[in-house]
Amino acid sequence: MTAVSPGSLYQTPKKFGLSIRTWRQIKEALFGYALLAPAIILLLVFEFYPLFFGMYISMCEWKLTCVKFIGLANYAKAFSDPAMWHSLLITATYSVISVPVQLGLGLVLAYLLFQKVRGLAIFRMMFFMPYITTTVASAAVWAYLFNPTSGLINEAMSVIGLPGLKWLGETKGIFAMLAGTVGLPLPAWAAGPSLALISLIIYTTWVFVGYDIVIFLGGLGNIPGELYDAAKVDGAEGWQLFRYITLPLLSPTTFFLLIITVIGTFKAFNHIYIMTMGGPGDATTTSSIYIFNQLVVYGRYSYSAALSFVVFIVILALTIIQNKVAGSRVVYD
Amino acid sequence: MSESTLSQTRKNERHPFNWGRFFIYVVLVIGALVSVIPFVYMVLSSFKSYGSVIANNFWPWWPFGTEPLQFSNYPEAITDIGFDKTWNMPLFFRYLANSLIVSGCIVLGTVTTSTLAAYAFAYIKVPGKSLMFLLILATLMIPNDLTLVPKLVMMYNFKWYNNYQALIIPFTVSVFGIFLLRQYFMQIPKDLFDAAKIDGAGHLRYLWSIVMPLSKPALITIALLNFIWSWDSFKWPLLVTRDSSMRVLAVGLQQFLVGEGGTKIHLMMAFASMVVVPVLIFYFFTQKYFTEGIAKTGIKG
Repeated sequence: MTAVSPGSLYQTPKKFGLSIRTWRQIKEALFGYALLAPAIILLLVFEFYPLFFGMYISMCEWKLTCVKFIGLANYAKAFSDPAMWHSLLITATYSVISVPVQLGLGLVLAYLLFQKVRGLAIFRMMFFMPYITTTVASAAVWAYLFNPTSGLINEAMSVIGLPGLKWLGETKGIFAMLAGTVGLPLPAWAAGPSLALISLIIYTTWVFVGYDIVIFLGGLGNIPGELYDAAKVDGAEGWQLFRYITLPLLSPTTFFLLIITVIGTFKAFNHIYIMTMGGPGDATTTSSIYIFNQLVVYGRYSYSAALSFVVFIVILALTIIQNKVAGSRVVYD
Repeated sequence: MSESTLSQTRKNERHPFNWGRFFIYVVLVIGALVSVIPFVYMVLSSFKSYGSVIANNFWPWWPFGTEPLQFSNYPEAITDIGFDKTWNMPLFFRYLANSLIVSGCIVLGTVTTSTLAAYAFAYIKVPGKSLMFLLILATLMIPNDLTLVPKLVMMYNFKWYNNYQALIIPFTVSVFGIFLLRQYFMQIPKDLFDAAKIDGAGHLRYLWSIVMPLSKPALITIALLNFIWSWDSFKWPLLVTRDSSMRVLAVGLQQFLVGEGGTKIHLMMAFASMVVVPVLIFYFFTQKYFTEGIAKTGIKG
């Protein structure tokens, strides 16, 4: 034992291993953990834990609890389930058509709005209204707009002399219908997506174009105006400006929207459930509807858990491919 | 602003009528009309008799028709939806109360948990902070649908099924909220923090009286977006509630639709109007925060 010098009182009391400063740091850290705790715990319980719990359920014969462990049997069943593949095909079709339509229309309208038009705020507000609206309500209204006997859309078509269509109730492919008007029979594989699915896509486009416009307007605003001036000096105009300045410089925004929209189309559920419930037949049974029905109508907990993972893996694979293909064409400054 | 009007007038001097700009306005007006017509149709139909809706009589009232405005559609829709015996009121008001309770609690919870976590991320030295941030980031990769079944089973196990807890608690955390606020908090000059510390203010005091008032726009954006999303949610409430008294407005409307509302279109339109119009009015007054918030963060519900 060495004698304690008066000065050492103010220095680190090594005996306890911790200095006053460290104590303060520990107190601070504990306080930090306390602030983080609610968010972290909620995320652990409702995001991470369900991921593993879901895997467990999918490998069980589930009746309120795990009755029997069955390993990957549900996954084998899913991969050989034609209805599962059909639902994925419907989802993919829905996605492949609605994504370019939505983004294209959104870009065109945003670009027009960006041309210093008067009433920009009012236009933007009107375009954004469908996005803000409660989906169930707007889908219910649209389902009636599509009504074959008294809906507004068929009424409008009859005014301009076009025949009424069955819209949400039509299982025939649109190419087959178009060819049919000139008396041309098409083979089944070339019939194209059903009109029912196209009707759903029309509704989705109506909802999300406003969102795309707002994001695109943000992206357009970030392009420095000098670039346009410089290009104009070089003699570029109109379409050339759009093609060689706007499009490349907007590509990060477009890419972001592309990813978001593809994911959105894969989880689309509410409006499909309201407007068609997956019908007629299985014409609009997307994977989200199929999984929901397996769960709610048939009570197949473990099978629908397994289906969710299968669909997730497919989406993940698609997103990675998309990243590889589209990502290489994005211009970052 | 003045510059743009200047260039416009210059252009107008050269060309008395600019076809390009005319075309732009035509396209924009058509687009805007398509966006708005379904709403107009919904509200107009909600004031028509069943016959006029079915016959597509666009304006059955004075001066083109003889029908009076059918205000009675609204009370009729409310009585047709049904009656809630536990609270002794029409079910519609129960749905409305449920939606308000659920959305209100979610907004309050999300703002609280996000603010606290964002503050810790921005200001407090915590070991393992970056790891936790990564963990939060990782949850963005987990789609909601992937964990639908296990979450439903959890609700049974927690005895939360058909209760407010199931509708509220899983949604009282928002990764985007944490991100947005953390970004905002980090922009606040560090000097303010040091000054407050010298004045003897602790963390909570500093958060409450300096950081939060300065971050008002971000807080409002988070609150509004979460309110709209929870008001819109349908799949989860449909799954975890059984009794009609526990339904939210969206589920109530869907149940009405598959029942009587599918045939009584005029009443369905009145019901839909009662769900949508309050949200739209709310939006008109706060739209700056919506569009700015979405443009800044790219959040999507």
